[in-house]
Amino acid sequence: MASYLRFENVTRRFGSFTAVDDVNIDIQQGETFSLLGPSGCGKTTLLRMAAGFDKPDAGRILLDGKDITPLPPDKRPVNTVFQSYALFPHLSVRDNIAFGPKIAKWPQDAITRGVDEMLDLIDLKAHAGKKPAQLSGGMKQRVAIARALVNKPKVLLLDEPLAALDLKLRQRLLVELDAIHDEVGITFIYVTHDQGEAMSISDRIAVMNKGTIEQVGPPAEIYEAPRSSFVAAFIGDTNFLDGRVTEAIDPRFSRCEVNGFGSIVIDNDKPVTPGDRVHLSLRPEKLLVSREQPSSSDLENAIAGKVEDVIYFGSHTRYWVRCGEWRLCAEMQHRKYQLDEQSPKWGDTVWLRWHANDGFLLEQYRAEDEGLLTLPDEDS
Amino acid sequence: MKKSRLPFATLLLVLVFFYLPIGFLVLNSFNNSRYASKWNGFSTRWYERLTERDDLVAALGNSLKIATGASLASMVLGTAAAFALRHRASKLQDAHRLLVAVPLVLPDILMGMSLLLLFISFGLKLSLFTITLAHITFCLSYVALVVQARLQDFDFNAVEAARDLGATKLQAFVKVTLPLLAPGILAGGLLAFTLSIDDYVITYFVKGPGSDTLPTLVYAMIKKSKDLPVINALSSIMLLVTFAVVAVSQRLTRPTPSSI
Ligand SMILES: Nc1ncnc2c1ncn2[C@@H]1O[C@H](COP(=O)(O)OP(=O)(O)OP(=O)(O)O)[C@@H](O)[C@H]1O
Ligand SMILES: [Mg+2]
Repeated sequence: MASYLRFENVTRRFGSFTAVDDVNIDIQQGETFSLLGPSGCGKTTLLRMAAGFDKPDAGRILLDGKDITPLPPDKRPVNTVFQSYALFPHLSVRDNIAFGPKIAKWPQDAITRGVDEMLDLIDLKAHAGKKPAQLSGGMKQRVAIARALVNKPKVLLLDEPLAALDLKLRQRLLVELDAIHDEVGITFIYVTHDQGEAMSISDRIAVMNKGTIEQVGPPAEIYEAPRSSFVAAFIGDTNFLDGRVTEAIDPRFSRCEVNGFGSIVIDNDKPVTPGDRVHLSLRPEKLLVSREQPSSSDLENAIAGKVEDVIYFGSHTRYWVRCGEWRLCAEMQHRKYQLDEQSPKWGDTVWLRWHANDGFLLEQYRAEDEGLLTLPDEDS
Repeated sequence: MKKSRLPFATLLLVLVFFYLPIGFLVLNSFNNSRYASKWNGFSTRWYERLTERDDLVAALGNSLKIATGASLASMVLGTAAAFALRHRASKLQDAHRLLVAVPLVLPDILMGMSLLLLFISFGLKLSLFTITLAHITFCLSYVALVVQARLQDFDFNAVEAARDLGATKLQAFVKVTLPLLAPGILAGGLLAFTLSIDDYVITYFVKGPGSDTLPTLVYAMIKKSKDLPVINALSSIMLLVTFAVVAVSQRLTRPTPSSI
């Protein structure tokens, strides 16, 4: 598929520090594309280069086949929604939105029509005469979005647009933003460090870490098939297991020896041969907890362990289960009325069960990424 | 709980300390008597006398011209200096910052002397023009100070937003930066205006013959006691004007509700 906005080997250094390191991204027309990563990973820097506020030290940025790298911000058909809103405090809501069209010298009636359309879109017609200081945070953010959208940019850049709002408002505006995207059909690039936001709004996500792209893909793929331990740990919680491949069962599955609880079956998410060391990501909700030993089958793994911690969350419960030298986190959804259930308690011996397909072999593992997990370790 | 009387007492003390002499002066400007020592009934004769003094009117005209010129010029230069000082630190910038701040504390007599020497060595004829130049040198620092303070909490994202929305550098400056900074620049200008209007020491050094300003003329008049009540009247008017200017300037510098 032809790409619409393209980052080609883009690098940006500040002194000896490389904030964006040889990044390549292809963004399709009309999609909502998220840049997701921890604070300081270079998301804003990348976005500012797309907007024209910053220039890459190497590489180029192409929009619709045209190299826009040398263009100043006012000559690029992209608009930005700033994290701090950056509304013009001396102008009314209406004049804030009309700023771009006036600069572009639209005819007066076109300006009026365009602004009215936007006021309808963000549902702030009643507040058109107010100054930004008289608006709530959510309203300001909507004005910032309208002010950018009215210019009909080819790409809308949003830098953590909801970060300054409280949780409920954030969720509501996220839904609104999605609806706006559907309505205007403009390509959105959405920067966030909140994985939930990225998952719910994006067609595709690029996970960034230390100035580089770790993985690009649709939300489900990022979650289910993380390529690196960083992606697995940054998006949702997971258990990391490592072992050595002992036997190829068939082209799809292998047997693997894990220190401490013997042998398990794994899916060959990447090519493996006996003797390879592999790292497996196993999401807590993929592990089934039961009191009785499950009947064994070829592709099911079952290991016994002792419950060391139980945290009840209402809709689900998290168990920390000690299996030899491993401490695994399992999550159980409560689809039945809990008070009648005999759920496992602290100190119980339980079985953890999962299908070989439910784990995912990582291409890249770094021990430091375990620090990203919110799973507490033993002392805590 | 009993409220402490201390704050109130302090306030009273300060007010008395500051405004007793001024109140006395204003009162005396309406005193029918020539002598401050005794009250001879209410009169506006000194104010009437004021209008008959051509030299006073001329000096007032000079003062206004100088103050207007000096404050306008220092608004432009001071704002430019404040912007230049915003840029990232370097040895040169440190020196710049120091040089802009020093005139705030430099003894007037030193500034007056040095300016006089400069003008003479350049062969400049002492006139209203030299006075205006001299006033610009110290007014500039005050404007720079006020605008710098404004720039501290200035949201430069708004300027980037303007650029993002298609404005050229100049358009962004005119449509966003300037309107947002205008209150600060104007407040600095008003401050400069009041400083220029009542400067005596520096003016005394760099004024030529016949280019008296209000302060230098008043000082000359004080020597003749018959003029004293007229000066009281004049001072009272200036006091009123100063109060008005300060009030306006305070309104302007009051922090505006932020855009966040
Ligand atoms: N102008 C600059 N000068 C020096 N270093 C900079 C500059 N801008 C950014 N950096 C550095 O580059 C790195 C990436 O910054 P960037 O703002 O892109 O991060 P981010 O991913 O947007 O983070 P956040 O989620 O906190 O906004 C940071 O370590 C930052 O300190
Ligand atoms: Mg950022």
